[in-house]
Amino acid sequence: MQTDASAQPRAPSLWSRVTAVTDYFAWPLRTSHYVELVNPLWASHSLQARVEKVWDETKDARTLTLRPGVNWRGHRAGQHARLGVPIGGMHYTRTYTISSAPERDDRCITITVKAIAGGRMSHHLVRQIKVGDYLPLGLPQGDFYLPDAQPVKPLFITAGSGITPAMSMLRALIAQQRLPDTAHIHYAPHEFDVIFGNELRAMAAQHPRYKLSLQLTQAISAGSAAERHFSAAQLDALCPDWREREVYACGPQSLLDALEQHWQGAGLSRRLHIERFRATQAPIPPDAVGGLVRFGKSGVQASADHLTPLLRVAEDAGMNPPHGCRMGICHTCNTRLLGGCVRDLRTGKLLNDVGAIVQTCVCAAAGDCELDL
Amino acid sequence: MTSTIRSAMPVDLTDAQIEEFGRELDAIRDEVFDSRGERDRRYILKVIRTQRLLAVTGRFVIYAGLFFLPAWGHPLAMWATSLSIIGLGTAMLGIAKILENMEIGHNVMHAQWDWMKDPNIQSNTWEWDTMGPSDRWMHSHNVVHHTWTNVLGKDLDVGYGIMRVTPMQKWHPAYLFQPITFVLLMLLFEEGVALHEQALDDHLHGRKTFAEVKPVLKHVARKAWRQIVKDYIAWPGAAALVAIPLSFYLPWSPWAVFGLVAGANAIANVMRNIWTFTIIFCGHFPGGAYNFTQQQVEGETRARWYLRQLLGSCNIEGGKLFHVLSGNLSHQIEHHLFPDMCSNRYPEVSPRVRALAARYGLPYNSASLTRQFGSTWLKNLRLAFPGGEHLDPVMARA
Repeated sequence: MQTDASAQPRAPSLWSRVTAVTDYFAWPLRTSHYVELVNPLWASHSLQARVEKVWDETKDARTLTLRPGVNWRGHRAGQHARLGVPIGGMHYTRTYTISSAPERDDRCITITVKAIAGGRMSHHLVRQIKVGDYLPLGLPQGDFYLPDAQPVKPLFITAGSGITPAMSMLRALIAQQRLPDTAHIHYAPHEFDVIFGNELRAMAAQHPRYKLSLQLTQAISAGSAAERHFSAAQLDALCPDWREREVYACGPQSLLDALEQHWQGAGLSRRLHIERFRATQAPIPPDAVGGLVRFGKSGVQASADHLTPLLRVAEDAGMNPPHGCRMGICHTCNTRLLGGCVRDLRTGKLLNDVGAIVQTCVCAAAGDCELDL
Repeated sequence: MTSTIRSAMPVDLTDAQIEEFGRELDAIRDEVFDSRGERDRRYILKVIRTQRLLAVTGRFVIYAGLFFLPAWGHPLAMWATSLSIIGLGTAMLGIAKILENMEIGHNVMHAQWDWMKDPNIQSNTWEWDTMGPSDRWMHSHNVVHHTWTNVLGKDLDVGYGIMRVTPMQKWHPAYLFQPITFVLLMLLFEEGVALHEQALDDHLHGRKTFAEVKPVLKHVARKAWRQIVKDYIAWPGAAALVAIPLSFYLPWSPWAVFGLVAGANAIANVMRNIWTFTIIFCGHFPGGAYNFTQQQVEGETRARWYLRQLLGSCNIEGGKLFHVLSGNLSHQIEHHLFPDMCSNRYPEVSPRVRALAARYGLPYNSASLTRQFGSTWLKNLRLAFPGGEHLDPVMARA
């Protein structure tokens, strides 16, 4: 369960008492709207972050150092936050894992973004964002973090940009000077694709209790590529005591599925903690079909297949409906079904009640349908 | 119906021609909508930022003027300096209020900027700096006025229920007073807009009981109260509070300070009222603007709706600053054709619409502010008396 520090009632701060009065002067705006003119980071009506530094980790991954506004609450290592970026005048939102440790003393956080082929936002973040830009930021969320009662022996299994939550955890453990016996298996295509490569190797050299095994899946070396992907034999070889470890895993769908299967087979599912960048999808029946999607409010029509989330369909049709995490957790994209039938890609269940709430980021057309967008 | 039968609209065009005219306007709309981007976002953010800076600076300049009241006794302390500084602050505040009302509030609530999906600039959450609550205004304006533009008995903005602005309205002795109403509404336009409410009209005509309209009135009253608190209690009150301890040393009453600040705010509000009234009255009431009967709009297509918007709206000519201060409502025709197009694009669309109208032999009512306001005023005077049918524009012919 996620414990939320902000959920506990707190006495109103002196500043909020002052603004309660000054808001009468600022009506219909709030004091914060005028404070924002001086420094956007002091605003309380919307949380923003200033880009302090951009750093290229690899040829297609960039780390942004962000200074969040005053209303930011500290994150827990492994959590993610929603970041907004205006592209072509339009506001887009994506969720990114915070890769820095909460213990950083300059109140900054870092996110590491890998430009995905065809990814509108990741490309913009990696190529266009400059120091001094202000970006809207959400509060940290997510339940993929180390428990306070620390696991005795963690095993991190990460691949590609899935390194980010593990990096935050490792940095936090080291900053707290309580790094336990830790094993880490990281998959990346090549040596030069390893995000945080130098820092990982330095950590491994400096901390004898941190055992890093880098698996370069496409590097030219002895052995077949298949041997370098995850397998039971490989796991036994790299980390013989994996049965005794709490596993924290993050990476592409195929890796996570393989891990789930493996740990389930060993009857150790409880030890496996997974962070997904995408919602798990249920198998779709072979007879599934897409259909014509009508967007009631905007009068747009588009044909969609049975796999593409309706949010993506709407975006491809030139719309920009509200959205957040794009993985079915934040409910920003909720809309109403006006008719027809959609499929929830996570469960495979069909939704066909008129007026039902549809999460467009994880639902696809199942025949013709109409949405209140 | 064959295309040779002339439409009931006051134009010399066949149905097919009208539909073609509509398609051309659609094409202009699509082209501009597709080209919206970063430049437009920067524009509205800049206007909002400028407006907020101007408003808050204006208010503090008014405060600064108080330090030059004669009672201070320093060499610059005299009425002339004090009042000119207060006057400068008032002008800044007035202009900020004009920007806030016209280029920002009016246009944001038209959903002109909703496409950005910026959570801070959305039509459904925006509240503006006037007595009328935004949601009520959006109903009476966006729904009633923009759908039924200039249709008698449908568009409440035809004379606002208190004036005779077209000879098509039946004369009534009460209209004899409309030159006075005209001036009063100009000064109290903000309050007029707040009370310009379909629900209230329904109640006055016996279509709704008081109990039915009470929640709406309460909603309006709550908004108006917050406005009054800000301009006539909070800002003057804060100045008076500072003046209380000072009044032990200076021969000056805190009440006078309160009155000066409240007065400056009132003048800023009236400035805004006169300006918005002027621009808005020039939108549909100058000579040459068409009005329509309900029969004329029955079964109206989108193209005919376009045509009605063109015939019923009037542009005002002026410079760039004038257009911004008018909220680009000086491009009233373009605004009525494309109400949800971002306002900074109206100037570039205007020549295209004008050329299109000329090609179809349609009137494009555009003139200077003096001319448009002058003919509005003259029409108002004439229509206070019975008759005036000759003021109705004749059929447009190519």
